[in-house]
Amino acid sequence: MLLELGKIKITDVQPGDATKVENGTLYVNTEELINLALEDDRIKSVKIEFARPGESVRIAPVKDVIEPRVKVSGSGAMFPGMINKVKTVGSGRTHALVGANVITCGKIVGFQEGIIDMSGPTAKYTPFSETYNVCVVIEPAEGLETHDYEQAARLAGLKIGAKVGEAGKEVEPDEVVVYETKPIAEQTAQYPDLPKVGYIHMLQSQGLLHDTFYYGVDAKQMVPTFMYPTEIMDGAITSGNCVAPCDKVTTFHHLNNPVIEDLYKRHGKDLNFIGVILTNENVFLADKERSSDMVGKFVEFLGLDGVIITEEGYGNPDTDLMMNCKKSTDAGAKVVLITDEFPGRDGKSQSLADAVKEADTLVSCGNGNVIVEFPPMDKIIGTLDYVETMIGGYEGSLRPDGSIEAEIQIIIASTIANGYNTLSARMY
Amino acid sequence: MSKLRVVHYINNFFAGIGGEEKADIAPEVRDGVVGPGLALNNAFGEEAEVVATVICGDSYFGENTDSAKAEMLEMIKKYSPDIFVAGPAFNAGRYGFACGEMAKYVEKELSIPVVSAMYKENPGVDMFKKDIHIIETELSAADMRNAIPKMTSLVLKLAKGEEVGSPAEEGYHIRGIRVNYFHERRGSERGVDLLVKKMKGELCETEYPMPVFDRVDPNPAIKDMSKVKVAIVTSGGIVPQGNPDRIESSSATKYGIYEIGGMESLSADDFMTIHGGYDRAFVTENPNLVVPLDVMREMEKEGVIGELANYFVTTTGTGTSVGNAKGFGEAFSKKLVEDGVGAVILTST
Repeated sequence: MLLELGKIKITDVQPGDATKVENGTLYVNTEELINLALEDDRIKSVKIEFARPGESVRIAPVKDVIEPRVKVSGSGAMFPGMINKVKTVGSGRTHALVGANVITCGKIVGFQEGIIDMSGPTAKYTPFSETYNVCVVIEPAEGLETHDYEQAARLAGLKIGAKVGEAGKEVEPDEVVVYETKPIAEQTAQYPDLPKVGYIHMLQSQGLLHDTFYYGVDAKQMVPTFMYPTEIMDGAITSGNCVAPCDKVTTFHHLNNPVIEDLYKRHGKDLNFIGVILTNENVFLADKERSSDMVGKFVEFLGLDGVIITEEGYGNPDTDLMMNCKKSTDAGAKVVLITDEFPGRDGKSQSLADAVKEADTLVSCGNGNVIVEFPPMDKIIGTLDYVETMIGGYEGSLRPDGSIEAEIQIIIASTIANGYNTLSARMY
Repeated sequence: MSKLRVVHYINNFFAGIGGEEKADIAPEVRDGVVGPGLALNNAFGEEAEVVATVICGDSYFGENTDSAKAEMLEMIKKYSPDIFVAGPAFNAGRYGFACGEMAKYVEKELSIPVVSAMYKENPGVDMFKKDIHIIETELSAADMRNAIPKMTSLVLKLAKGEEVGSPAEEGYHIRGIRVNYFHERRGSERGVDLLVKKMKGELCETEYPMPVFDRVDPNPAIKDMSKVKVAIVTSGGIVPQGNPDRIESSSATKYGIYEIGGMESLSADDFMTIHGGYDRAFVTENPNLVVPLDVMREMEKEGVIGELANYFVTTTGTGTSVGNAKGFGEAFSKKLVEDGVGAVILTST
């Protein structure tokens, strides 16, 4: 499967009569986007606001972040099984508005949405302080049930993301990157002397607002499967979860999965990237055993020499991470884990909830329990009403002047456990 | 600006009082510097001054630890210090213990920065490195002139609220504390790099060695539950409406004990959940899903259990450190045992 990804660099966002890209500026017809969201009668009202790097703006609570993309050629359309028909994606050509994002926010969906600061000392913890953001502030219909609201907000974000993405269809990209993974026999033959490497991608699937979707299938209802790495770049996987903000693998992060990106960078040089094993993080032990058994079976069947494993969330999924590590090692692969740490505010406790001796090579994405100061911002997009009950917040977190004291896990994707950021932790 | 005030702790030997034969001397305090305090005072220069020295025999401290600590704390308080320095103790084990105990105690009671210094094999290092900064020294006092400037540099940074560098930069023993920093490369790139090295059989150092957990063996099974008093303990964050003890939604630092005497079930009017790690929708409607009071009352009536304790113990599990959780367990278990509770049902979420 071969995908050409055309990257159109966005350096500003402005309101406009039509949604279009000109000289790196994304113009947005806000009315058009509002109407798109209001097609769903579960949504009462929508506001569109812009947030640019360096502005004194705080966005909260953030539900999802979607990079605008469009299929230019090849089968299927963006976010298959969610807002478009189910059809295999990942080949042909796709254009991405790199540097722009659609952010869904507003009245809290669950309790684990977090904060994005566009400037100030906490901006450095989230990648979205550096992007030009179209914020979709959603107000649900009166009395709407939580799970229905989550779905409505999720679909609104994807629809608007795809709509804005269409603005890039006819635009000449600043850069085109070609990614290719062949069927296993051919791929193995292409680089016969290089070690065969796979990526074990654990999708958050604890349920009850902790959901991820693969071609529209709820990940907790699937068994582990194989995916070409380019499928994810066309939106085969979408986020529907409300895990701790710091750990939230937003739809943006699925489209821009850093492990896939960095494995491709060394594909054909130091390793032969065979593909992605998708698995889940269900809460029942029987599910954990079944899924990790099947992961091990894939590692053996594909003859992988090495795998990288990432998780979404912390605590309970640490057990899935460790089971996958052990069974992949038993199946003959060298294993590297990427995750984040929760050793307590004093940094003195165990960072993970589970451990196996095979987990001897781990990359740390930082300690999520560290407390930081958020200065007041001139403008709030959304509301600060829920700060004290968000993960990382506590009573007294929010002060009358709008400043906040909270753990960095309240910041969207601050310690995301797939290695997207440079934040790490070391032993003092 | 006036100099910061320092109190220094040393033992009988370094005070020049005597060796093993004087190890039983009781605490005393003297104005100004004694023994190695002179070098310490010189190293502080214009920034700080040793205003007093407290001295105790190593054997005396070991045999009367609690009373010696309390007695010396009173002596130290009188000098209103800004900084407390203990040692260096080098490889003297009992002296290392005394330095660690005193430094930890003074930091806790007076909330001032403290520092000590020891040789890596001094048992005091492992006992106190998580609590205090301990500068790494060689075996003996011959290393005094290297150790002293590191101690003063580090403790002055603490006193001024400046950032303390890594163990390698500052010269202290690794404390086992996880501290954030920004790496020059992102995590995924480092992960791929480690994997390539690992597959080649090259050295690949983990960024986090696996933790050790103290697994608890289950007690023997209870043969006859009908005679046993049972209590419910939960990490599911059920609290009375309004959360009177302000237990956190995540990373809990406290737990609560709440009355359920006379109640047949938990009413949603009286109880709520503050837990930030799961979907609260269903539990908000029915708190018995997490604290199953309704079912336990039935079992009590049917005689399946002897009786139900008239309270439950609760905290939030999500993000709560093992250190805090262990502390909670040690504290409330005593109450459970005192109240004659013979079995506990732990509910999580």
